[in-house]
Amino acid sequence: MLAAILQAVPLQILLSGLLMGLVYALVAAGLSLIFGLMDVVNFAHGELMMLAMYATFVLWQASGLDPVLLMPVVACVMFGLGMLLYRGLVARALSVQFNRGMVQIFVTFGLAIFLRGAAQFAFGGEFRSITHGWLTDRSVHWGGVFLPLPQLAAGLVCLLAFSGLLAVGRTEFGRALEATREDREAVALLGIDRDRIFALGWGLGIGAVGVAGVMLATFYYVGPNVGANFAVIAYVTVALGGFGSVAGALVAGLLIGEVEAITAAIVEPSLKQVGVFAIYLVVLMLRPRGLFGKI
Amino acid sequence: MDNDILRRRRRELITGVIVLAALAMLPLPIADVYTRNLLIITLLYAGLAQAWNILGGYCGQISLGHAIYFGVGCYVSTLLYVRLGIPVAFGLFAAGAVCGALALLVGWPCFRLSGHYYAVATVVVGEIGYLLFLNWDFVGAATGIYVPFKGESWLALQFRTQKLPYHYAMLAFVAATWIAAWVIEGSRWGFSWRAVRDDAVAARSLGVRVFASKMAAAAISGFFTGVGGALFAQYVGYIDPDSVLAGTFSILIALPAVLGGVGTLWGPLIGAVVLIPVSELSRSYLGGSGRGVDLMIYGGLIVLVALARPQGLVSLLGLRRRAHENAA
Repeated sequence: MLAAILQAVPLQILLSGLLMGLVYALVAAGLSLIFGLMDVVNFAHGELMMLAMYATFVLWQASGLDPVLLMPVVACVMFGLGMLLYRGLVARALSVQFNRGMVQIFVTFGLAIFLRGAAQFAFGGEFRSITHGWLTDRSVHWGGVFLPLPQLAAGLVCLLAFSGLLAVGRTEFGRALEATREDREAVALLGIDRDRIFALGWGLGIGAVGVAGVMLATFYYVGPNVGANFAVIAYVTVALGGFGSVAGALVAGLLIGEVEAITAAIVEPSLKQVGVFAIYLVVLMLRPRGLFGKI
Repeated sequence: MDNDILRRRRRELITGVIVLAALAMLPLPIADVYTRNLLIITLLYAGLAQAWNILGGYCGQISLGHAIYFGVGCYVSTLLYVRLGIPVAFGLFAAGAVCGALALLVGWPCFRLSGHYYAVATVVVGEIGYLLFLNWDFVGAATGIYVPFKGESWLALQFRTQKLPYHYAMLAFVAATWIAAWVIEGSRWGFSWRAVRDDAVAARSLGVRVFASKMAAAAISGFFTGVGGALFAQYVGYIDPDSVLAGTFSILIALPAVLGGVGTLWGPLIGAVVLIPVSELSRSYLGGSGRGVDLMIYGGLIVLVALARPQGLVSLLGLRRRAHENAA
C-alpha cells in the first residue's frame, strides 16, 4: 500500500505536506485547547496568528535579529495577550445571561474584524515579507528530495511546541486544566481558581498560535487578511480531530497537510482546499464527533 | 390565555403593516441618491437577516455559511437572465427554489451534527461553494458575470437611473420574510422549532420530529436567502465569487439578527437599521483612505453590542418581556 502511494505521489510532495501539516496542527492545537476548556470557539484565532506574524516582522525590521531568535519573545507577548483577552472580553462574554453561545461567537468575530482593521491601519494593505535571515532561500537536498529550510524549521519547531503542549498536560497545572475541563463547578470546591485556569488556558492557546505565526512568517507573506484562510483550516482541523482533543489536532493537521499537498499535485493547485473540505465532510458523516472527540 | 396570544399577534400584525407603510413612504421626500442606496442596502440586509433568523433564531441552528444560498441565488437568476432571457421576476422564484433544495442537500449531512460541530460544518460548506464558483468557467470563474442592460423594465427589475423601484422590490422582500416569520411564530411548526432549539432531546420525547423540523426551517431560510441574492444581483448589475460568496458575507447576513435579537420578529429589522448605516457611513467617510478605521469601528461596535445587549437591541424598545421569552 505504502509503495503504491509512493509510486503515485513522490516523496517530495508527502514531505512538504507533512511540514505544512505540522504548522496547521499547532495553529489548531490552541483553538482546540481553548474549546475543550470552556466550550468557546475563538473566531479571532487566525487574526491573532496574523498579529504574531506582524510582530515578528516589526521586531525583525527594528532589531535585525533573526526571526528564530525572536520567537520566544513573540510567544511570551502572545501568551500575555491571550490572558488579557480572556480577562477583558471572553470572561465577560461567558457571564451574559442570554444567548451565551451566540454572544461568544460574535464577540470573538467582532474582535477579528477589529484586529484586521487595526493591522490595515498600522501597516497598510500591502503584503510584507521577511527577506533575509538564517533560513531564507536555503534548502536541504537529500536523496532526490528538495526541502526549503524555512518550512523544515517551521515543521520542527511546531513539533517541539506540540510536545511542549502535551508535556504541560502531565504537570500539576495540566491536571488542574483537565479537571476544570471535566467539571468546572466541582474544581471550585477543590480550591482551584477556575478563572485563573481559564486565563492561563487562553495564554497557552494564543501562545501556541503565536509560535506558529513566527515560523510561518519566515516563508509566508504577511497581510491584514492572511489569518482568514488559516483560520478556516484550523476550524476544520479541530472539528476533524475532535473538539477539545489536542492529540486529535495533531493527527488531523497532518492528514490535512497531506490531503492538501496531494490534491494540489494530482488534481489542481487552486482546488487543494476542496480536497481537504471533502475529506472533512466524509469523516463527519461517518463519525460526527471527529476522530478523537469525546462525547 | 389563547385570547391574550391572539390579541398580541393581531397587534404585531397591525404594527407590521404600519412599519412597512412608513418604510414605503420614507424614500419619497429623499432625492439624494446616496441615501436612497443606503435605504435599499439596509432593507436587503433586514430581509436576509430575517431569513437567517428563521433557521438560526426560531430553530436555533447557527449557520455560518448562508453566503452559499445568497451567492447561488445571485448566480441562478443572473444565469437565467443572461443565457435564457428569463427576467428576474420569474428568476427569483427559481433562485429561491434552487437554494431551498440546496439547503436540504446541505442539511441532510450537517443536521446530524450539533452545536459548534454544526457551525463549523456550515463554514466549510460556504467555503466549498466559494472555491467551486471561483474555479468554474461556466459561471465566469473569478471574473464573474455582468448583467447586461436590456432597457427599463419592472419584470427584469432594470432601471437606468431610478432607485425607487429597487426600494420597493427590497421592501417587498422584507415584507415577505417578515410575514413568513409572523406566520411561523403562530403555527404548529414554530412551536416545534422553538422546542428543538431549547432542548432537542426533550422535544423528541414529546413527539416533535427534530430532523424534519430542522430541514423545514433550513429550506424556508435558504429559499428567502436565495431570493434576496437574486434581487441583489439585479440591483448591482455585476456578481463575482468575492462579492457574493465570500465567507465574511455569511457573518454579515447573521449579524443584524444577532444584534437586533435572535428569534424575535423585529430583531433582524432593528439590527439592520442600526448596523448597516453605521457600517456603510463609516466605510464611505473613513474607509476611502484604506486605513481600516471603518473596520475597527465596525468590529468594536459588534463586540460592544453583543456584550451590552446579549438579548438584542429589541430589548431596548420596551419589548423586554418578549425578548426574554424568545431568546432564552
